[in-house]
Amino acid sequence: MIPIYYFLILSAVLFVMGTVGFLIKKDLITQFMCVEVMLNAANVAFIAFARSASSLNGQIIVFFIITVAAAEAAVGLAIILLVYRQKKSIKTEDSSLMKG
Amino acid sequence: MIDIFWLIPLVPALSTLILAVFGEKLPKKYISFQACGAVFISFLISLYSFLGLLKVSPEEYPIVKNLFTWIHSGNFQANLSFQFDPLTAVMALVVTAVGFLIHVYSIGYMAEDRSYSRFFTLMNLFTFSMLVLVMASNLVLMFVGWEGVGFCSYMLIGFWFEKHSAANAGKKAFIVNRIGDAGFLIGMLFILVYVGSTEFSNINNAVAGGSLSHGLVTLIAILLFVGATGKSAQIPLYVWLPDAMEGPTPVSALIHAATMVTAGVYMVARMNIFYTTSETAGSVVAIIGAVTAVYAGTMALTQNDIKRVLAYSTISQIGYMFIGCGVGAYAAGIFHLYTHAFFKSLLFLAAGSVMHALSGELDMRKMGGLKKYLPYTYPTFLIGAIAIAGVPFLSGFFSKDAILTSAFAQGQYFVWILGILGAVLTSFYMFRLIFLTFHGKERIEPEVKKHIHESPPVMTVPLAVLAFFSVIAGYIGLPVVLGKNVNWFDRFLAPIMHKGHEAHLTIGTEWLLILISVIVALTGIFIAYFFYLKKPSVPHTLVRRFPFLYRLLYNKYYIDEAYDYLFVRPTLKGSEFVYDKFDINIIDGAVNGAASGTGFFGKVLSFLQTGFIKDYALVFLLGAVILLGLLIF
Repeated sequence: MIPIYYFLILSAVLFVMGTVGFLIKKDLITQFMCVEVMLNAANVAFIAFARSASSLNGQIIVFFIITVAAAEAAVGLAIILLVYRQKKSIKTEDSSLMKG
Repeated sequence: MIDIFWLIPLVPALSTLILAVFGEKLPKKYISFQACGAVFISFLISLYSFLGLLKVSPEEYPIVKNLFTWIHSGNFQANLSFQFDPLTAVMALVVTAVGFLIHVYSIGYMAEDRSYSRFFTLMNLFTFSMLVLVMASNLVLMFVGWEGVGFCSYMLIGFWFEKHSAANAGKKAFIVNRIGDAGFLIGMLFILVYVGSTEFSNINNAVAGGSLSHGLVTLIAILLFVGATGKSAQIPLYVWLPDAMEGPTPVSALIHAATMVTAGVYMVARMNIFYTTSETAGSVVAIIGAVTAVYAGTMALTQNDIKRVLAYSTISQIGYMFIGCGVGAYAAGIFHLYTHAFFKSLLFLAAGSVMHALSGELDMRKMGGLKKYLPYTYPTFLIGAIAIAGVPFLSGFFSKDAILTSAFAQGQYFVWILGILGAVLTSFYMFRLIFLTFHGKERIEPEVKKHIHESPPVMTVPLAVLAFFSVIAGYIGLPVVLGKNVNWFDRFLAPIMHKGHEAHLTIGTEWLLILISVIVALTGIFIAYFFYLKKPSVPHTLVRRFPFLYRLLYNKYYIDEAYDYLFVRPTLKGSEFVYDKFDINIIDGAVNGAASGTGFFGKVLSFLQTGFIKDYALVFLLGAVILLGLLIF
């Protein structure tokens, strides 16, 4: 049996990759993909804990997360599409309407 | 049958409401009918209640009708309750009877006015307020009426508000009255604190029971009297009344002669226990009244404006009422109030009729010889003048004589001498008015003369009725020399008036005093006759001989100027200073400073708001790390 911390290390590596990617990339699509990676990092952690605790709860939550991620992808991509139509660009520095 | 008396004020109130809401849309005829009718119904109920009151034994005075509790807060309670006793009966009858006649007269006088319904709404509102004032059974409700009549007075003085002087006169009346009201309010608060109730019966019991120290009684009495000097135009707060003549003449007759200005006298009579208990306060009232009576009389001597002469005469006559109240002869004071209401409103209405005939002319120098043009106005005016001058057998004689006799009997000789002096002045300036207006050479401008006409019956009939009452009203209060119990008025009011020490004069002295008053009245008339008909050059010679004195009187002792210089201008200057320094710099500065300070901090903080998602995400991450770190370690 593979020890649980292997999975956790994988999850942490994935999460940090997602975060760093989100912070340094300037492209909305890439950032969006990074968010998906972060979500999946959380999924890995949930599954790992579920397995080691031999409980189904973690797996159920993962299903929820996948559902939410799918919905989010739909909405997020639609938003990105609209941003592109407005700005003819999906670089984040071009969309800064909220600047104070 | 007396228990419907609380409806008296409510009828004009209802009429006011209807006129205020629908007045602009109703035809003039209906407005006149309703406004006069409401006051007339009030009069009928007053009369009915008065007849009922005669059957009630004096132990049951006053009859109180408590409608509901109006204010209840802690220990303090004020009811909306009306009371009926002889004093209220007299006042309610005077207000409604004279008020009704003046309402009728107004139909003719105001016929051409654009704001016909506004006028009658305010007149009805005034009648309502005045009735609340005289019927209230506690000081708080009385104060409501007190302020209500003040408000109506303000609105009606400034009735023709397009005229700058009228608007200013209204403001002046209102502000001067506020000064007096401050005294009234403080007095009322003292009563509230030390008696714990503002019901008149409780106040009477408390003062009679001696639960208030003598000094406190004097203080309260003086404070209340300050309120009375404001409302009743006595020294030093009389300055608003002559200016109040800017209002329509029926207003001058109703508010500034017959009813509202006598509210101060009513109040002193209502609180008579204070002035009986504290002789100091009584003397103050008597002396202020006496000085005012002479002082206002002298100012009336040189005025050329017919209504202003009457205004100063009103101030002077109210002075007499205060003499009566001050020397403990409250019934005599109220008696003079009652007779004065008839002859003074008659004089005002007749003056209004003269103005009406002369297309609004007020200056007596442009009148003269009007006798033959105004066959109804002239005799009624003359009757009013004879009554006020104190010629025997007319009402003014009985009431003025009752006051002066009481002053003499109480040993207030100084007050008595001033009263006699005032009586000479009264008969002199009234007959100066008569001779200048109705007799002598015509000095009417030709343009005006073409339109000269006697007033319509709707105006002359009220004049005739008032003239009738001016003659007979005095016979319910005959002097004591004619028999022990002939003064019905005195006996009627006696149960609610607290007698000080009684003083009796011998019959001989009484006759002597009456003789003196008669001589005095006739002297004044004779001097006026001599000056203005026999030898019209005499006044001019006098003016040339004593130019300083004439100018002093003509300019009303420069009191308006003095008040302007001493109070009005410093207040304005002070306000401007405060506005300049304090308002602009400190108040506005604080408000603007708060706004710009907030704006500045907003600017600084808005640098954090870059608009880039990444920055927000970074901060979010940092926050999450910090929170997690706190949780773990």
